[in-house]
Amino acid sequence: MDALLHITTLHYLVLGAALFLLGVIGVLTRRNVVIVLMSIELILNAVNLNLIAFSRMWGGLHGQIFAIFVITDAAAEAAVGLGILIAFFRNKETVNIDEVNLLKW
Amino acid sequence: MTPVATPFFFYLLAATMLIGGILVITCKNAVHSALALIVTLLAQANIYLMLYAPFVAGVQIILYAGGIMVLFLFVIMLVNIDRAMKERQFNSQWWVGIIAATALGGLFIAVYTKGKSIFPERIPSIAEGENTQRVATLLYGQYMFAFEIASLLLLVAIIGAVVMAKKRI
Repeated sequence: MDALLHITTLHYLVLGAALFLLGVIGVLTRRNVVIVLMSIELILNAVNLNLIAFSRMWGGLHGQIFAIFVITDAAAEAAVGLGILIAFFRNKETVNIDEVNLLKW
Repeated sequence: MTPVATPFFFYLLAATMLIGGILVITCKNAVHSALALIVTLLAQANIYLMLYAPFVAGVQIILYAGGIMVLFLFVIMLVNIDRAMKERQFNSQWWVGIIAATALGGLFIAVYTKGKSIFPERIPSIAEGENTQRVATLLYGQYMFAFEIASLLLLVAIIGAVVMAKKRI
């Protein structure tokens, strides 16, 4: 009971792992490209949570700086990914990721 | 000022985040998924506040919930989701995905149970009120080069997004 009521770094890490797994399941199983991109955002957020929790654990700020850079990357990734999605939708009239098979041998 | 009722708020926010995450990957309608993701992101910003990271919490709300998610909603508006809602939602390899996620979860559990001892019991307390100042000092001092690289990355992303989304260059 004490382990549950005393919030430590491990609690945050377990929460981050659960969020990461949800993101992985979303990326691997969904067919809608928009939801796959959202699952990638979930994964990046899980990583951010871990970084901030470790930054709190060691009392420094380097983890927070790294989290800010990860958020920057997420913004860039979302912009480019959604641009590709619009180009894909214009060509194929669908958002189904199973139909992205032009390079399939 | 020390946080009050930390366990209660932690579990409340964790439950909100996990329910939001489950809704993101199970909703049929992409708009509902996006709204669930916004709930998750806001709960996570509150968790950042609990971890003494107010600047990152603000960045999370402004950039993620306010910027990236609006971009997502715009794109959902541009593409036709009516057809996607009528189709099968999960691909035929869904069981491979579940197995892979279970294996990854087992790995996480193994690492956490083994590595629990290396985490320090007492968390050092952090001086309040100067978080943003210290982040800025680090960002413009020690991490100057990475900061400039990030701005270059954003420039590349802007150009890439415009080139991808434009009909005729």
